[in-house]
Amino acid sequence: MVGTPIPEIASVAAAATSPVPAKKSESKRLSFYYGSFNALKNISMPIYEKKVTALIGPSGCGKSTYLRCFNRMHDLYPGNRYEGQIMLYPDNTNLLNPDVDPIEVRMRISMVFQKPNPFPKSIYENVAYGLRVRGERKRALLDDKVEEALRGAALWEEVKDRLNDLAFNLSGGQQQRLCIARALATNPEFLLFDEPTSALDPIATANIEQLLADLKEKVTILIVTHNMQQAARVSDYTAYMYLGELIEFNETDTIFIKPGHKQTEDYITGRFG
Amino acid sequence: MTSISLADRIDAVPEHFVSDRLARRKLRNIKERIIELVLFLAASVSVATTIGIVLILLKESFVFFQQVSLWDFLTDSQWTPLFSDAHYGIMPLLSGTLVSSTVALLVAIPLGTIIAIYLSEFAPFAVREIAKPFLELLGGIPTIVYGYFALLFVTPLLQMIFPELPGFNLLSAGLVMGIMIIPYVSSVSEDAMRAVPMALREGSYAMGATRFQTAIRVVTPAAFSGIAAAYILGISRAVGETMILAVAAGMQPNLTWNPLEPAATITAYIVQVALGDLPHGSIGYQTIFAAGLTLALMTLFFNVLGHILRKRFRQVY
Repeated sequence: MVGTPIPEIASVAAAATSPVPAKKSESKRLSFYYGSFNALKNISMPIYEKKVTALIGPSGCGKSTYLRCFNRMHDLYPGNRYEGQIMLYPDNTNLLNPDVDPIEVRMRISMVFQKPNPFPKSIYENVAYGLRVRGERKRALLDDKVEEALRGAALWEEVKDRLNDLAFNLSGGQQQRLCIARALATNPEFLLFDEPTSALDPIATANIEQLLADLKEKVTILIVTHNMQQAARVSDYTAYMYLGELIEFNETDTIFIKPGHKQTEDYITGRFG
Repeated sequence: MTSISLADRIDAVPEHFVSDRLARRKLRNIKERIIELVLFLAASVSVATTIGIVLILLKESFVFFQQVSLWDFLTDSQWTPLFSDAHYGIMPLLSGTLVSSTVALLVAIPLGTIIAIYLSEFAPFAVREIAKPFLELLGGIPTIVYGYFALLFVTPLLQMIFPELPGFNLLSAGLVMGIMIIPYVSSVSEDAMRAVPMALREGSYAMGATRFQTAIRVVTPAAFSGIAAAYILGISRAVGETMILAVAAGMQPNLTWNPLEPAATITAYIVQVALGDLPHGSIGYQTIFAAGLTLALMTLFFNVLGHILRKRFRQVY
């Protein structure tokens, strides 16, 4: 496996107009198995630094499975198996290496889930959670980080007077922004979003999309979305997946205007999926 | 074209127009009624029983309190209804119940919670499948067996540590009662923890939390209402337990807060009198209803408390 050359997908993007940015991460011949079910097949694809990469495709195509490989979420369940590599740069380390501690990975690569999942704690404690599990106790530092993260998630103005309220009292959109703040509080370099707006109304969705545009100034973003318009609006690069395979990866404009595969075009135009 | 309103059209239909196929089925309706009645009667058995017990307790206690003032009942420090110099202070029995229950809960709540956390968050599937039935078996052992276990095994063991420990004592009975209650606490707590959605755990792991941090900081608070219910269930069980105490704690009413002493509990006293040959209707016989009412009120208090805790801390996912 090590000896086989990796298909140079970056060259596809290079053919397009803009210069190729630095890679933050890259999956190399990544396969994944739930028990004996092969959910991802040989996926090689770059994730560019400080860009938004969208994963699209019909239900069950493996896009969430792919996303969850990056913070080793699959390690939580028995019987799951990875093959291939996920390189993280600039460390130049394979995240799937058995010597890599998944907890350390998750401290640098944060995740926001499909349904808002705030903890049964106050707004403040939800955001401080990541720092607390790292053993941070200094109140002044926590206060600063919580405020910074809530501002980063465009939630500060709405909650600054009730930081000690239970997080469940927030609306769905606010809860999701709280989860984003929670993910931001530990200064991750790479954020994973698993259909972050699928449980939200259109206004809350627009807020989150705006937030994504702001966030990519600082961090790399990989987002799974069911909504193709959303992928077109928020992402710089798009990958189309089908039945566990990567069909096409390219700049978002290219994918949506001039897709290279008939299948991608059918999906994007709504003839299929 | 002028339209005819719907009402006009319905009025226009003559009554005999209801065809046979659409006519009400009388037999079916009667059958439904009978079924409903049977179900209602079945459901009312439990309600009627509860009401019946409460009524009898109240009625008999009323007779008792006509001869003994409530003030004496609550403040007298002696319980000697069978002596010629009779005293009717519930405190000695209450202290026995409270001390033995406290000892039991000091065993059952920490151990039960730890077991629940282990089984729900840490144990591999195979371990859980083996451990759970064994744990539940603990709750299936007859309490009289626990009673002799306390009297003949645990007390001699404790006497090695406390040489002057009497043969009957609250400590030994309480400890064994605690072991008996563990499965009640652990299995309800574990169910509550297992019901916490995986999304919350994933959220915690995704923040870089360890398994232990996730269990303590996220799962336990999320399952708090269920865990509180488990504790209340354990408390009710401890307060109402009879056999272990009757066998191992002695039957001597003794106003004490020291678990190393023998003492009678409310339940042990009721057994003693109910098994004895006190004449029906005598004041001595009447005492067990007053004691029973006290016990019922205590249990009711804990159940209400549990209900409030459940509602107060219920999380909606």
